[in-house]
Amino acid sequence: MSWFKRIKEGITTNTKEKKETPEGLWHKCSKCKKIATMQEHANNSYVCVHCGHHDRIGSEEYFALIFDEEKYTELQEGLTGGDPLNFSDTKPYKDRLIESRKKTGLDDAMRAAFGKVHENDLVVCCMDFNFIGGSMGSVVGEKISRAIDFCLKTKTPLLIISKSGGARMMEAAFSLMQMAKTSAKLSLLAKEKLPYISLLTDPTTGGVTASFAMLGDINIAEPESLIGFAGPRIVKETIGKDLPKGFQTAEFVLEHGFLDKIVVRTQLKEFLANFLTAMKN
Amino acid sequence: MSNYLDFEKPIEELEKELQKLKDIAAKSKVDVSPSIKQMEDKITETKKELYTHLSPWQRVQLSRHPNRPYALDYINALTNGNFIELHGDRTVKDDKAMIGGFGDIDGTTYMLIGQQKGRNTKERQYRNFGMPNPEGYRKALRLMKLAEKFNKPIITFIDTPGAYPGLEAEERGQGEAIARNLLEMMQLNVPVLCIIIGEGASGGALGIGIGDKVLMLENAWYSVISPENCSTILWRTWNFKEKAAEALKLTATDMMGNHLIDGIIAEPLGGAHNNPAEVYKNVKEAIAAGMKQLSKQTAEKRIADRIEKFSSMGVTVEPTAAN
Repeated sequence: MSWFKRIKEGITTNTKEKKETPEGLWHKCSKCKKIATMQEHANNSYVCVHCGHHDRIGSEEYFALIFDEEKYTELQEGLTGGDPLNFSDTKPYKDRLIESRKKTGLDDAMRAAFGKVHENDLVVCCMDFNFIGGSMGSVVGEKISRAIDFCLKTKTPLLIISKSGGARMMEAAFSLMQMAKTSAKLSLLAKEKLPYISLLTDPTTGGVTASFAMLGDINIAEPESLIGFAGPRIVKETIGKDLPKGFQTAEFVLEHGFLDKIVVRTQLKEFLANFLTAMKN
Repeated sequence: MSNYLDFEKPIEELEKELQKLKDIAAKSKVDVSPSIKQMEDKITETKKELYTHLSPWQRVQLSRHPNRPYALDYINALTNGNFIELHGDRTVKDDKAMIGGFGDIDGTTYMLIGQQKGRNTKERQYRNFGMPNPEGYRKALRLMKLAEKFNKPIITFIDTPGAYPGLEAEERGQGEAIARNLLEMMQLNVPVLCIIIGEGASGGALGIGIGDKVLMLENAWYSVISPENCSTILWRTWNFKEKAAEALKLTATDMMGNHLIDGIIAEPLGGAHNNPAEVYKNVKEAIAAGMKQLSKQTAEKRIADRIEKFSSMGVTVEPTAAN
């Protein structure tokens, strides 16, 4: 007989309660632990009203935040991924895709939409981290590729919002070639002199950093986002030392000259509109 | 030959026996030549059997064989030593893991660029194990732009376990350096031919891998990640590297089957290191054939085809009307 007895079984938090954008009346900031009402938090674009911490949000929230009156036309809706290599690790990739679609209600880790930002036309490609860690597979590359085709046809500027752990391993070399594919299309956009804004959010690493995310005419980022090529754990293993404080944060990347500006999410729409207008006039 | 891979054990044993027979022949007057002949035939037979049924993991091992020819070996052989090596990215330093310069192959000047590995501990450190820093990619781009300026075709030799994941590499923008190369290589006016001669690991390989023709040596591998790291991430242990090597479809044959490369260059039996002269000859022929075709096209056509080729890579499913 033990003195103490566990009354409740292990972890009792269900998946719904762990969602990145919590629902309910109250929001507790994961950084400063202070509380605000959910309404306040949502009205502040999911940025903590106390400490300014940016919660991770999805394409739906970004589209609503950026486009006038939250109105937009989705491009290439319903495009889904195949399983070119018949890949299976602990579970078949095919099943993983179906599960992720069911769980997130998304087709894959990227959505594209067309709309207006304070009267300026803009195509926005936005990654969803919920879908297999925002990993880049064929769908991500193809959606960017077709969105750029749309930009070229309609002479519209492009914004890509990156939020990704990098390549999708289950598509192996197909995933790798999405880096080449997106860069190929971006070279056409550059030739047409259509502005491309890259917004890097938490986290942006691996093959996404080493392709479209770093190729903006301007690169901007949300505060404190993790941005890098190799993940911090790998870098730490390589050098065998602890990493300096603030390593691979947006502020660090700005300081080293690879970003133009850090833009707070609540000011994102204004910034985009200003920049697009400046390019027009 | 002193470096045998674990799966080459049967050959090692036979070759040891052959050596014993040869020693006997040398010491005594007994005629053992029929036995020697028999043993040699047996070795050839065993090699054929072994090397024509290699598993993906065995090929990965061959691609890393310590005796395998490296970029500079190819360049020196192809140019008969007529190679003007150039250095530096003009910004930070000279990356020893990335080499390049002008070289003459059969009367034509090419820009030859590649990742370089080292043969012994000291050399390996000097070459950073063939893992370039951002300045390596920027040096390669500088040389490619130089080639474009003087209208010289470009050949890249890819052989890297990956771009270096170090602290300074991050500070100096490893991601940006690779990304910039992908974008710029798409628009190069001159013909670009890329050959994966050993390891083609991920973005580090692709950073000099955008070509009108991308060829792989028979025992090279090319993928988004090494089998070991893939195993670590998906199974949380290195033990599944053989399974990962298979799942990744990283061999030349698989890559060709998936239309992700344009051709395969044959290697001598047992791998490139068994007969370097033969592999140099095969590579030279592949370059001649590829360049002959590419040089007939206009720059506009080559760029358009290059972009089209990479843009068509990927497998997606169109939405059905029912959805």
